[in-house]
Amino acid sequence: MSQNTLFDKVWDLHKVADLNGGSSQIFIGLHLIHEVTSPQAFGALKDKNLLVKFPSRTIATVDHIVPTDNQSRPFKDNLAEQMIETLEKNCKKHKIKFFNIGSGSQGIVHVVAPELGLTQPGMTIACGDSHTSTHGAFGSIAFGIGTSQVRDVLASQTLAMNKLKVRQIWCKNKLSDGVFAKDLVLHIINKLGVKAGVGYAYEFSGPAIDSLSMEERMTICNMSIEGGARCGYVNPDKVTFNYIKKRQFAPKDENWVKAVAWWKSLVSEKDAIYDDVVKIDASKVEPTVTWGITPGQSIGVSQKIPELNELSIDDQFIAGEAYEYMGLHPGQAIKNTPIDVCFIGSCTNGRISDLRVAAEIVQNHKVSPNVKAFVVPGSEKVAKEAIEEGLDKIFKEAGFQWREPGCSMCLAMNPDKLKGNQVSASSSNRNFKGRQGSPSGRTLLMSPAMVAAAAIEGKVSDVREFIKK
Amino acid sequence: MKVEFQAPQGKILKVSGNCISLVGDDIDTDRIIPARFLKCVDFESLGDAVFEDDRKDLKGKHPFDLPSNQNASILLVNSNFGCGSSREHAPQALIRWGIKAIIGESFAEIFYSNCLAIGMPCFTLAKKNIKSLQVKAEKGSLFFEIDIKNVIAIEGSTKYNLELKESSKNMFLSGEWDATSALLKNIKLIESKMDNLPYINLNK
Repeated sequence: MSQNTLFDKVWDLHKVADLNGGSSQIFIGLHLIHEVTSPQAFGALKDKNLLVKFPSRTIATVDHIVPTDNQSRPFKDNLAEQMIETLEKNCKKHKIKFFNIGSGSQGIVHVVAPELGLTQPGMTIACGDSHTSTHGAFGSIAFGIGTSQVRDVLASQTLAMNKLKVRQIWCKNKLSDGVFAKDLVLHIINKLGVKAGVGYAYEFSGPAIDSLSMEERMTICNMSIEGGARCGYVNPDKVTFNYIKKRQFAPKDENWVKAVAWWKSLVSEKDAIYDDVVKIDASKVEPTVTWGITPGQSIGVSQKIPELNELSIDDQFIAGEAYEYMGLHPGQAIKNTPIDVCFIGSCTNGRISDLRVAAEIVQNHKVSPNVKAFVVPGSEKVAKEAIEEGLDKIFKEAGFQWREPGCSMCLAMNPDKLKGNQVSASSSNRNFKGRQGSPSGRTLLMSPAMVAAAAIEGKVSDVREFIKK
Repeated sequence: MKVEFQAPQGKILKVSGNCISLVGDDIDTDRIIPARFLKCVDFESLGDAVFEDDRKDLKGKHPFDLPSNQNASILLVNSNFGCGSSREHAPQALIRWGIKAIIGESFAEIFYSNCLAIGMPCFTLAKKNIKSLQVKAEKGSLFFEIDIKNVIAIEGSTKYNLELKESSKNMFLSGEWDATSALLKNIKLIESKMDNLPYINLNK
């Protein structure tokens, strides 16, 4: 059993009680809600005649269903309009702070909370969304929950949970040029598998992680869930503190000094005990692309799609399904695979640094005539910053569409969807069958820089060749 | 025509019913319920949409469409079932279709806790047993009687020792899988935690 890790310290701090059945009652320090997984929870509160216990500990925004072309109200889609109205009513009724469209702070919930300074080390953070693991980048314990658990957090600010084991993923050396956090996390998921994380919290550490920016760390923790881990985290350091400082909800003045001292005390001890330790060599990671229907089915851009006999018995069934669905053959190179749609955005890679990297690649190039390419900033703040830097112009001049913030084609709950069996190069997090809105649509996950390169060439390309040019 | 859905309530001691087998690893919640069905403010209509895209693809041959499975209530699956999105819509769609319990090689974490929270137990069983049951299920209908207290399933003359987390088992047996009231019993402790967490005071 793990000891003296950040996870242990934060878990112990938030434990309210041992429950009769053997699980623990854990206090949730920050609860984030959005329009998709909260309406039924508020409905259940009403049925049980309960109120929100601590409205100040819940923050709302709207992201999944918002259109990214025209956000004027009412939305054209009646169901989407009904969902945003329901959230507006619930927030008003229960006095929950809501960052709505046009507030200047709306956006994907996992982009918004960090940029507002709401996400801080040492917190427990829950949200009805599996990518809540993103917030672990700050040294918080953050995880996705279902709607019944959203109800429980609203009613009691607590959850019934079993303690997770802790696996340290030690990443040595550094990423090479043209290789990004997205490539590293796809590589980790490929090495460990999509179910290795079940029952674990992932601690990402080592020199390769220390050298990452806050936004890159968020990309890594965001995809913990794709490796089966409900939460992933990075120990907080100077990079973390500098990111939080002076943000709207960051501690101020003498509280800032106290907060930093407390945050430092949370870091996993040198003699911490882990349930498991895995080592990854970051210098060996190439720009990585998925070829299949799970985020674990990925290869370096210079490699070939694996043959069945190169895979473990356990991976063969789903590989067979993947070849058929994707229309790709074992032994085929992934490079030069034709692309129809390019999507830059999502809670994984829709932040300002992602847009900067992609803009640098597309500058002075044109999107291939056969490709529809679009950029969806992760939040209103990201959009504003990008426009101030002129990134929107670079993208538009290259032939990208520049959209309004939201989750968009990561999961295609809004009008942004693949058509038929189109192939998408996507900076998002899931390549599941039908994920991007068409039941036969195909997704290749990659870094925003790789998506930018694919947009220009109209096919999977090695972004390192662009950087050299 | 299915009988009207009734949500489980209180203690859950036994589950019995015909088995429906669904072969495949890493079946994600987007497949169980595609995202377009998440545009709703209640769960009522989700039962019919379960596995919608997979079912269309198989044109009537998907296990959830086979006439012989229409009264089934115990779902038999392989590994990492329910991975991906945290959408509770996935177990809600299954339970509204008629599933009462799931037996599998392994389950994704959030999916498992969502099933627990709506009173639908997920049991694990060794891969070789699952495989042989899936082969058997293809040949004819299987009827399971599951005893939650002893964590066993009886099918014909065979007894299977299932696995279920001890805490989950206790919650089904006591009815506290519907956790809200159990959590609210500790309201004084919750208030005291709220008053004493360092960051709550530092962010005032």
